[in-house]
Amino acid sequence: MTDKYTQFVNRGLGKDIAKKLGLSQPVVLRRHRPGQPLVQGPVLVQGAGSGADELAATLLSWNLDVRRHAVPREKLGAIILVLDEAARPEDLEKPVLSAAASLRDLAANARVVTVSRAAAGTTDPATAAARQGVDGLLRSLAKELRAGATGNGILLADGARTTSPSALGALRFFLSGRSAFVDGQFLTVSSEAGHLPADAEKPLAGKVAVVTGAARGIGAAIARTLYRDGATVVVVDIPAAGDHLAKVANEVHGTALQLDISREDAGQRIIDHAVERHGGLDILIHNAGITRDKLLANMDQGRWSSVIAVNIAAQLRINEALLASEHFRNSPRIVSVASTSGIAGNRGQTNYAASKGGVMGMVRATAPLLAAHGGSINAVAPGFIETEMTDRIPFATREVARRLNSLQQGGQPGDVAEAIAFLASDAAGGISGEVLRVCGQNLVGA
Amino acid sequence: MPENGTSATGPKDTTARAAGSAAAPQLRKAVVVGGNRIPFARTGGAYTKSSNQDMLTAALDGLIARFGLQDERIGEVAAGAVLKHSRDFNLTREAVLGSALSAETPAYDLQQACATGLETVLGLANKIKLGQIDSAIAGGVDSASDAPIAVSEGLREILLDLNRAKTLPQRLQVLSRLRPKDLAPDAPNTGEPRTGLSMGEHQALTTAQWKITREAQDELAYNSHRNLAAAYDAGFFDELLTPYRGLSKDSNLRPDTTLEKLAGLKPVFGKNLGAEATMTAGNSTPLTDGASTVLLASEDWADAHDLPKLATVLDGEAAAVDFVHGKDGLLMAPAFAVPRLLARHGLGFEDIDFFEIHEAFAGTVLSTLAAWEDEEFCRTRLGLDGALGSVDRAKLNVNGSSLAAGHPFAATGGRIVASLAKMLHAKGQVDGRPARGLISICAAGGQGVVAILEAH
Repeated sequence: MTDKYTQFVNRGLGKDIAKKLGLSQPVVLRRHRPGQPLVQGPVLVQGAGSGADELAATLLSWNLDVRRHAVPREKLGAIILVLDEAARPEDLEKPVLSAAASLRDLAANARVVTVSRAAAGTTDPATAAARQGVDGLLRSLAKELRAGATGNGILLADGARTTSPSALGALRFFLSGRSAFVDGQFLTVSSEAGHLPADAEKPLAGKVAVVTGAARGIGAAIARTLYRDGATVVVVDIPAAGDHLAKVANEVHGTALQLDISREDAGQRIIDHAVERHGGLDILIHNAGITRDKLLANMDQGRWSSVIAVNIAAQLRINEALLASEHFRNSPRIVSVASTSGIAGNRGQTNYAASKGGVMGMVRATAPLLAAHGGSINAVAPGFIETEMTDRIPFATREVARRLNSLQQGGQPGDVAEAIAFLASDAAGGISGEVLRVCGQNLVGA
Repeated sequence: MPENGTSATGPKDTTARAAGSAAAPQLRKAVVVGGNRIPFARTGGAYTKSSNQDMLTAALDGLIARFGLQDERIGEVAAGAVLKHSRDFNLTREAVLGSALSAETPAYDLQQACATGLETVLGLANKIKLGQIDSAIAGGVDSASDAPIAVSEGLREILLDLNRAKTLPQRLQVLSRLRPKDLAPDAPNTGEPRTGLSMGEHQALTTAQWKITREAQDELAYNSHRNLAAAYDAGFFDELLTPYRGLSKDSNLRPDTTLEKLAGLKPVFGKNLGAEATMTAGNSTPLTDGASTVLLASEDWADAHDLPKLATVLDGEAAAVDFVHGKDGLLMAPAFAVPRLLARHGLGFEDIDFFEIHEAFAGTVLSTLAAWEDEEFCRTRLGLDGALGSVDRAKLNVNGSSLAAGHPFAATGGRIVASLAKMLHAKGQVDGRPARGLISICAAGGQGVVAILEAH
């Protein structure tokens, strides 16, 4: 559900009033529905060089309406700015300003996607400057876009091509309605691993996925999205949440496992259940988490230790069991839910932010361990998401929090789920150790 | 052990069969895959506003979620309730239709007082053994909170006559028969229709007859609470129970109760017997609301669905006693059913690893145990050579029973079967044979149903 204000300013009188008063006008975002086209309108590919040409050819093969030159006043569904060959800051000028001329032609909910190389991959100062420049450029451009349009970037490690499986996977994700609340973000493609799905509507077909904390909110949305994408889903939550969990399990035609993930044997119990009931385990989504907010000056041991135990220690222990298991060797995927609190900090959440920062550190260090089995691990950091939890924030605080981003609205649980489903798919196999923010480019935390 | 053909004082036993016939080679095994129940709630508590259909549907949906049975066409579902509204004539089928199962799953209701739940397990297990069905869900539900209240006999007759009346004068004439006393509702009670005595008063007679002490009853109640609390702490119920309406544990459970607290309670039954009254609210089960389900299957069906096989339903036996003429106590039928069942399989108490004797009242369990230890009773009433034997208390109701969990009449059988199956599976083999469990449930009307489960 879109919030009341967004509904108001998108209809009749409310639309006129908001326009006249110069009020912010968040739009109803384009969100993925099965059968929906990847992008609404022609796609303009800007940039010279073989990388741009190859990418444009691939987009054509997807039956997209591809333009290499803008047609004046034609509404565009997306602009792809290919900057992979930029060796000096001056090299950015031509493609960037060409794209700039088309920005006013972007349709509502359009997409801008940059494709460039990761700055860390070069020792040449000028090249590093050009590459890092794209970072500032994209993040600023994303803030200038209007009407639900978003700007995101793909960073290619040296060696990765513009048409590497995960570069294309990330491009499809950014172009689609699946990335509705992802704005101003980059994904790094570090290898040629991964492959695009045979059926774009069922990218997780044949996979067995486990979602922790799945009884409600974001976890339930993740279970629904993984099921929609073709996965067999095991939903896990504490026994006391079993009634909500059963409803979710029955909705997604999966099985419910009532389990406190902070138990010592939680990892083994999860593996046993997935293997015995569903013949294997391919994907684990660490979503379960708790908050016990208190200013650090007033923090007690119980609040601190329970948050650390559930939010990070349990994930580490479960991952150890997974890494040791012969049943988690076939392109396994782990996706953890982090938080923008863990990036930018949040008053009253020292314990929570420590645990979520911990998740990001864990993800980075676990990536090489999974690479041996063709696996990957990533994190998604949600910003302000409309859930039962955020519904309890006092009205004024909540209203400010939900508008403080480039899209001027809160995200939906499904938006987080879409990002997780993408990172859990084989199309993202070449992306590992990354943290993707789903925050509508929140002004907090860069 | 002799066949219980004729006993000194009993009627001719026409139920005796050749030993081993229940395990005839052409029969398949019926296995317990698992179970699910909602926490049991004391009447007037968390489930006050829940109907039998609500609770049974919730228990079913939890089972479906646990085992991934969405849209599955189950061979048959059987369940029942003891306190039942007339509108719930198709209670189980309606619950199935409201659940996530395939709407093409057939269902029927069954009612055998407190033995309802266990009888659904036995009946469905037999169908599986015969090859009539491959999968089944047995269950039971009861609500004393949402109990049916009938209109008085007088008002009922007037209403029926009114319906038959054709003209206004006829209707007025019928209505003129109405008297204020006809408007008093007819609330259900647990009294025995043929004696007018409540179940508690009946048990008080038996408890006194077998000279069961207050201390022994309180100790049994104390152990029930202690064992059930420990089972919850160990996570035993994590895969047996799904929370409902904010409850995630049985609300009757008192983990912190003590023998002193139990000893301080005033007797509620048997106060007019002359002997010292020993039965209190602490050593008697309270009225309870709740529902339970058990998933049964053939081995092939369980394998094809990648589901666990916890235990096999070996066999069951029903018995009834003539309590009306005071020959035996109302709840003593299991004392007769158990030796018959054991004899059929050539088993003794030493072959049983878990005894699940339903705690309607502490006095019921203890009277039954005392009867089996009594040489006179076993010889004259059971037709045995001597005492049947003693039940090892360390094997009795080890994860608690009805005194702690509560007793929603028809739901108790499912609670016990699912819990016992899990215990047997964990125990596995004992001395080279599968672990064995005995279930004994007494029921109103002087009936009892007992069963043996074996670890798969």
